[in-house]
Amino acid sequence: MNASERADLERWIDLIQEAAHQSGLDFYPTHFEVAPDHVIYELGSYGLPARFSHWTFGRDYHHQKTLYEYGLARIYEIVFNTDPCQAFLLDSNSMLAHKFVVAHVLGHNDFFKNNTYFERTNRQMVEQVRVHGNRIRKYEETIGTDTVELFLDGALALADNFDPGLTAEFRPPVEPDEGSGKAPSSLSGTEYDDLWNIRVEKRPAGDASPAAPEPTRDLLGFLRDRAPSLARWQRDILDIVRDETLYFIPQMRTKILNEGWASFWHERILTSLPLTPEEHLEFRRLHASVISPGSRMTINPYYVGYTILRDIERRWNGETSDEAPEENWRGEPIQRAAGGGMEKLFEVRSMECDVTFLRKYLTRALVERLDLYTYRRDDSGGEARWVVQDAGWEKVRDTLVDSMTNFGLPIITVEDDDYMHRGELLLRHAWDGKDLDVDYTSRTLAYLARIWRKPVHLATNQSGQNVVLCHDGDTAASHAP
Amino acid sequence: MDADFSLSTDAWDLHHRADRDRERHNQKVKEAIRRNLGAIISQQDIITADQGKIVKLPVRGLELPRIRYGDNDTEHVGQGPGGTRPGDVIGRAPASAEGTGKEAGTEPGVDFYEAELTVEELAELVFEDLFLPNLQERGVQQIPSEQAEFNSISRRGIASNLDRKRTLLEAWRRNARSGTPGWSVHREDLRFKTWEMVTEPHRNAVVFAMRDVSGSMGEFEAYICRSFYFWMLRFLQTRYASAEIVFITCHTEAHEVDEHTFFGLGDSGGTRMSEAYRLALQIIERRYNAREWNIYPFLFSDGYNWGDAECVDLMRQMVEICNLVGYGEIAEDVASRSLEFAPLGQAYAEAFAGEPRVCLVKINSREDVWPALQRFFSRQPGVMAKVAS
Repeated sequence: MNASERADLERWIDLIQEAAHQSGLDFYPTHFEVAPDHVIYELGSYGLPARFSHWTFGRDYHHQKTLYEYGLARIYEIVFNTDPCQAFLLDSNSMLAHKFVVAHVLGHNDFFKNNTYFERTNRQMVEQVRVHGNRIRKYEETIGTDTVELFLDGALALADNFDPGLTAEFRPPVEPDEGSGKAPSSLSGTEYDDLWNIRVEKRPAGDASPAAPEPTRDLLGFLRDRAPSLARWQRDILDIVRDETLYFIPQMRTKILNEGWASFWHERILTSLPLTPEEHLEFRRLHASVISPGSRMTINPYYVGYTILRDIERRWNGETSDEAPEENWRGEPIQRAAGGGMEKLFEVRSMECDVTFLRKYLTRALVERLDLYTYRRDDSGGEARWVVQDAGWEKVRDTLVDSMTNFGLPIITVEDDDYMHRGELLLRHAWDGKDLDVDYTSRTLAYLARIWRKPVHLATNQSGQNVVLCHDGDTAASHAP
Repeated sequence: MDADFSLSTDAWDLHHRADRDRERHNQKVKEAIRRNLGAIISQQDIITADQGKIVKLPVRGLELPRIRYGDNDTEHVGQGPGGTRPGDVIGRAPASAEGTGKEAGTEPGVDFYEAELTVEELAELVFEDLFLPNLQERGVQQIPSEQAEFNSISRRGIASNLDRKRTLLEAWRRNARSGTPGWSVHREDLRFKTWEMVTEPHRNAVVFAMRDVSGSMGEFEAYICRSFYFWMLRFLQTRYASAEIVFITCHTEAHEVDEHTFFGLGDSGGTRMSEAYRLALQIIERRYNAREWNIYPFLFSDGYNWGDAECVDLMRQMVEICNLVGYGEIAEDVASRSLEFAPLGQAYAEAFAGEPRVCLVKINSREDVWPALQRFFSRQPGVMAKVAS
């Protein structure tokens, strides 16, 4: 980007920010960085700049970059939830695409600042992650990359089993080779310290038979504090992976709403800008490619979120459509005063997450217009086929909401760290009618057993039978409860 | 509130942090492929693949496992372009690969990573541990063969020849010298492999590829035979560019044929493998002086033959003059996985017990092709070559 292009872009960012303010968006200061594709794809696959190294990030990077190079997919921007907000623009974008992305980024920025689920996130996470990355690099140097990688594999395999009620918090950096020997606790630093710490305080240091823990869903936190014979670097890695996972929870929780919101605003703002006819055409083309159905096996969160928000705006502006008039729970027609749309949208942006957003606002007409359906796998006839089951709107909505409840992950609690009085670990799966994938679960339990260094057990239900899956690190087994 | 912004357009060209992790992932892909070579190399579409063709290999284990729901049990939500109806099929995948048992899911792009390799790259992996055994320096021609060898390092080169290990090493050194240890790579650290043409003393080698094309050789036997010789041929052409190959098909009569005919369909009629050996011995006498040539005869048969004693006699003559004599016996016997040889194999096993120049293998399934290659083409034939696991 040469000096005059740069000045041009700066002028446009000014204009776009001005338009966003006029419309009532409220965002953090933004740092825009123009970067080449390999940087954009790296950031996309690592999730945060300067994050620790791991082959899974390299795999995702390779995959995304390949799609880009074959012209199959393109990331235009990456934006991080920090204060100031950090946004990366792809340097090969056209000037119009830059404008489009800047408006889109401001939508995300406003969302980060105002959505309730982001309230307690650590806005210094980029710094925090850099510190984490440096610590892990030091471990690699002193302990060996293979050993560290193996342990990271385990920590990342178990990272899905988090407690969604917890958030990542800012803590001063810990020097890896110092400290009193106490495990770092991420539960400190809140006004509820005394509550959280009851359990921790009860446990006398060095006691050979600590009190049984309360059931917890915070698996990495539990291992960090209670796994019997971990080195300090291992506890630190569990803590780092846990902390970074928690940071991403609000984003996971609001994907559809957040992308819908940013898409809603890039359209609103760009329509208000003085674009040339050519630029307007390019903008419409770009917008249409963002707001389009995904692959048939997934939904496009941009499209779904955007369409629902536009529908809310219309309905709360008192505009009717040809669909059946809306009724309240008594069956009386709902009348809305004209002009309440924008206020309603800002309320939705502040209050909802995907689950509540879809539950409240995904209507029958929208399910039909978006062509949403449920499907499942059917293995009859020697090949795996994915077959559409139902397009009934309530079934579709409930399935979608259900698939997002607990992020679509099984709920697992740690029940007992002295199972059968042998110091083994017992987890429990809150079975809700869906069976676990035994193969994947066993392979995950293998990692857990290597961290715990004793057999681990997971009580669940398979095809209507209670069963306990076990792993001792080498072999899998199962037994009746 | 007056939110401000900043814009920077820094030079990011030297930022290549993800390369290390990408390389690590590639290594893991190769390890996974190496672990599954047995199942991979006998796949039909690979054997019939053209030069340069990209083969897609499903690789397991390149994602981290999670505790998750089974796919068969889960109902998902998808999105169509409009007008989707119940009963529509929106995706298909071949059922789990044969022999892999209870693989969890084949949802495209989710459970399986598809590694893409050219046939040549795959061949490199296959041949990594293979050698022509007992190879001697023989040959009066002494025509030096020229071969490109990547054996030196330069600061300039094309990206595909980037030597990542050395580059990282240089980066490591430079960072250490500057007092800030780490892996950050600058342009000056880049190192590239370059090649030299090296001349090797000529090693005359001839391989006899013999196959039973009698009526008792069914579709499976013929397939295994082709599969084995396909890889053998590629292996020889890649690693021993000057090796000669003689193709012989045999039922009651033996014929020297060209490559195309050799790989073609089977014949019919009775089985008299002694004819193949007799022809091979004649050819050796006429064209391949044993003092000047490394000689490797291989025969594949189902082991049901006329005149086993004659075969043993001829084989004994061959052992005298050959570096290694190989016999592969094919039987589709998946249920019992019997290791028992048919009469011909039994006769060999009795006659050549403890003879290091004779290598006998039994092939009962497609997965056995790879171990057979390993046994024939290892430094110590008959001993399993070491496979990374």
